Amino acid sequence: MHFPILSYIVFLPLAGGILILLTPKKNIGLIKATATAVTGLGLMLSILLLLKFNCANPSMQFEEISGWIPSINVSYHMGIDGLSVGLIFLTTLLSFVACIGSYGIETRQKEYFFLYLLLSTGMLGTFCALDLVLFYVLWEIVLVPMYFLIGIWGGARKEYAAIKFFIYTLAGSVFMLLGILALYFTSTPHTFNMLELGKTAGALTLGLQILIFIAFYLGFAVKVPVFPFHTWLPDAHVEAPTPISVLLAGVLLKMGGYGFFRISFSLLKDAAHYFALPFAILGVINIVYGALVAMAQTDFKKMVAYSSVSHMGFVMLGLASMTATGFNGALLEMFNHGMITGGMFFLVGVLYDRAHTRDLDKFGGLGVKMPVYAGMLTVFALASLGLPGLSGFISEFMSLMGTYPVFKLITIISIFGLIVTAGYFLYMLQRILLGPLNARWADILDINKRELFTLVPLMIIIILVGVYPLSALKYQLAAVTALIQKVGGLSF
Amino acid sequence: MNIIESIRFIIPEIILLGFALAILVSSLFIRNRNLPGLFALAAVVAASLYLPQTQKTNPALFFNMLTGDSFSVFFKEICLFITGIVILISMGYKALNEDSMGEYYFLILNAAIAMLLAVSSDNLLMIYLSLEMLSLVSYILAAFLKHDPMSSEGALKYFLFGALSTGIMLYGISLVYGLFGTLDLSSISKAMAQGQVNALAAFILLILILAGLSFKCSLFPFHMWAPDAYQGAPTAVTAFISAGPKAVGFAVILRIFTKNFFPLYMDWSGLIALISIFTMTVGNVIAISQDNIKRMLAYSSIAQAGYMAIGFVAGSPLGMEGVLYYILAYALMNLGAFGCIILVSNSIKSDAIEDYAGLSKKDPASAFMLAVFLLSLAGIPPLAGFLGKFLVFAAAIQSKFILLAVAGVINSVIAAFYYMRVIKYMYLDEPKGIAAGPKSVPIQIALAIVITGVLIAGIYPSPFLNWIRASQSFFAQ
Repeated sequence: MHFPILSYIVFLPLAGGILILLTPKKNIGLIKATATAVTGLGLMLSILLLLKFNCANPSMQFEEISGWIPSINVSYHMGIDGLSVGLIFLTTLLSFVACIGSYGIETRQKEYFFLYLLLSTGMLGTFCALDLVLFYVLWEIVLVPMYFLIGIWGGARKEYAAIKFFIYTLAGSVFMLLGILALYFTSTPHTFNMLELGKTAGALTLGLQILIFIAFYLGFAVKVPVFPFHTWLPDAHVEAPTPISVLLAGVLLKMGGYGFFRISFSLLKDAAHYFALPFAILGVINIVYGALVAMAQTDFKKMVAYSSVSHMGFVMLGLASMTATGFNGALLEMFNHGMITGGMFFLVGVLYDRAHTRDLDKFGGLGVKMPVYAGMLTVFALASLGLPGLSGFISEFMSLMGTYPVFKLITIISIFGLIVTAGYFLYMLQRILLGPLNARWADILDINKRELFTLVPLMIIIILVGVYPLSALKYQLAAVTALIQKVGGLSF
Repeated sequence: MNIIESIRFIIPEIILLGFALAILVSSLFIRNRNLPGLFALAAVVAASLYLPQTQKTNPALFFNMLTGDSFSVFFKEICLFITGIVILISMGYKALNEDSMGEYYFLILNAAIAMLLAVSSDNLLMIYLSLEMLSLVSYILAAFLKHDPMSSEGALKYFLFGALSTGIMLYGISLVYGLFGTLDLSSISKAMAQGQVNALAAFILLILILAGLSFKCSLFPFHMWAPDAYQGAPTAVTAFISAGPKAVGFAVILRIFTKNFFPLYMDWSGLIALISIFTMTVGNVIAISQDNIKRMLAYSSIAQAGYMAIGFVAGSPLGMEGVLYYILAYALMNLGAFGCIILVSNSIKSDAIEDYAGLSKKDPASAFMLAVFLLSLAGIPPLAGFLGKFLVFAAAIQSKFILLAVAGVINSVIAAFYYMRVIKYMYLDEPKGIAAGPKSVPIQIALAIVITGVLIAGIYPSPFLNWIRASQSFFAQ
């Protein structure tokens, strides 16, 4: 295929961003239109990608390769397989709906949309890059726009949250850089090509693999985030403006999980086996601890933020299982969590825009005043707590099912986390929607059409995947099977 | 090669000298702010046109005093570039006294001559002389605002430290003469290759010479002069001192140790690794608490020297490439940062970081460029500073200096904090005080050049890397 579709998907937002830089600051309509057009076009391209994607083929597709810095063996190498295609669709979809969700931004729109599109390029590029240096560059590009997006348009403690996010993630990723360099110099022949490394890096000694694994782990674990590196997340998610919270939860966390799949487990299989038990333990800590802390929150947004910590635990757990079912569950959980929690953050934003508070105890009885909102909130909350028939259930069930034969006790403890999750989501619904109406909100307005437009696509996908999981699973089955064979896991 | 033939290799120096004298004399008759600057710029451009071509054989000039190897040509290009940008920046710097512009550019051009000689010297005495010439010019330049006590104090410290450390170095050079009976670097390296050197004597000698050069590069523990001198000196001079003498210092370090004293150096690379770690850490940790941007950048440039030293520690071809690329990237981004600072200080008359609040609204272009330079200094891809760090860390890992690489990356995280703090003030805070005034054209030209360099060297570095690879001929021999 000659049309470099991946490059278009990745760099279209950047091109749009540069166009926006050239647009006069006053012409806000044009700026918004450009951003929407560019992200919409990206979404269409990624749908085209899904249609053209050969689900039965476990290897790389749509590969593009050309020289970049030949003197140090760095190439511009992109390609996708079943591990990344779903995440690219997720990213383009969330970029598009969050762009529409960004119409409410009222200050410094030109800078906002430029940074927003730069962020999109970084996120999409991370999922496409097959050269470690390219991967690192695109991974780091995400940091800078995110710093500004939180720091300029965020809430009360935005400056603290922004620099904390920046320093935490940078600290993690510089160790990843050392890991990349170590992989390069220990491989023969020296290469940054992930596919080549996939063939040779598995032969490294266990000690070396463990060291490199830890270096990468620090980079990815901060992004996921894995306990105890999660403390940036509640600050960043709570302070960020709504569309950015959506992308933080929906996409940025997935970059860490994707890194585990694409690099840690694909390249360093002996170390992956070695660290399976610690991964499972960290996973269960994330699930239970995240759920318990979420239970204790009175801030709606903070509750959703901690629910992310809890849900990402299922990704860790599924990875630790080293089974095909567990891997499939973990990968699907990333996709589903992006849709569900992305939607949850939109819903938090809808309420906050009207009430200017997120204190759960200040609401009550809104179900009567905002029936449509109540319906949407219920669907997303139920999906998040894992109600069968909605997508969250499928992936969490698969994670647990894959893990049970390997780590029985840990799986049982994780199920306790599910109960807590059900508890805090239902408690949240009760506090916001049920009970007597708080008189303060007597004339609150229901969700408007634009907000509904951002949520409906996500809801359709959540229900579709929940009722017919193969619609999403078919893209990843072949790649996961191949990965399991490569790392030597159980193919059940 | 005899003297007459040698002369064509120093045409750039002769051009610079001719222009410098012409500027000095003409400034007695013509009082004009920008004319001497334009003359000086013309001198630099003319000199760079006459730079000797890179040659396969390394011609020895003036009885082995100078050499015309590709390594020296690379550094001559860098030094002339730095001088050119500094001249452009100076033309738009309002704090300089209009009456003494002639002397100012005379001194700058003399510094350029000294740099060109220093990077091409192949004899310890010649190295000493040209470094001393560069130092003396730098002291005067640092004290150029003679009615400003900060400027005088900084220059005095600069001078005292400089006198001490070059004295130590001269003592080391005298020991070299005692041991080898010659100051010619290539003869010394031949003698050393035969291996009849007392290890203790060689160690002392290494330390003494390194002391003198550490001063130029502001390596720990000879970095103390830098903050005061940087803060006190006119900002255009700070830009020059931070880029020029540092590049020269590293060029001479690489020539002496990596090329000629290599066997000796390899035994002591652990020591240099320690120096590098201390330099980075001291620079970065102290920079956090600064509230004057010039002082902060002074500490930052100490830390940057520490990163450069990583490539030197590795002592491998990749390490050399890393140092050379880093010097190039550092010159671009540091000159850029100081250029932005001058633009800002021209209108707000302050160098306090707090006064940068809301700069993105008052002067979006300057704020954006300063942000790019600071992010590049912090090593954020895809800017030039990232690739510099990438190369030196790679060299450290390749040569198994894992601890050094870990120290390096931890330091870059610490550094990110204070660079981001300036960006925070510029973009996150609300503006207060005076609006930005009209901006000087020469500085904007200079900034346009360096920001293009920072972006290209970061995104498409191949031409730069090929150029560097062609010029580091040491390991081919």
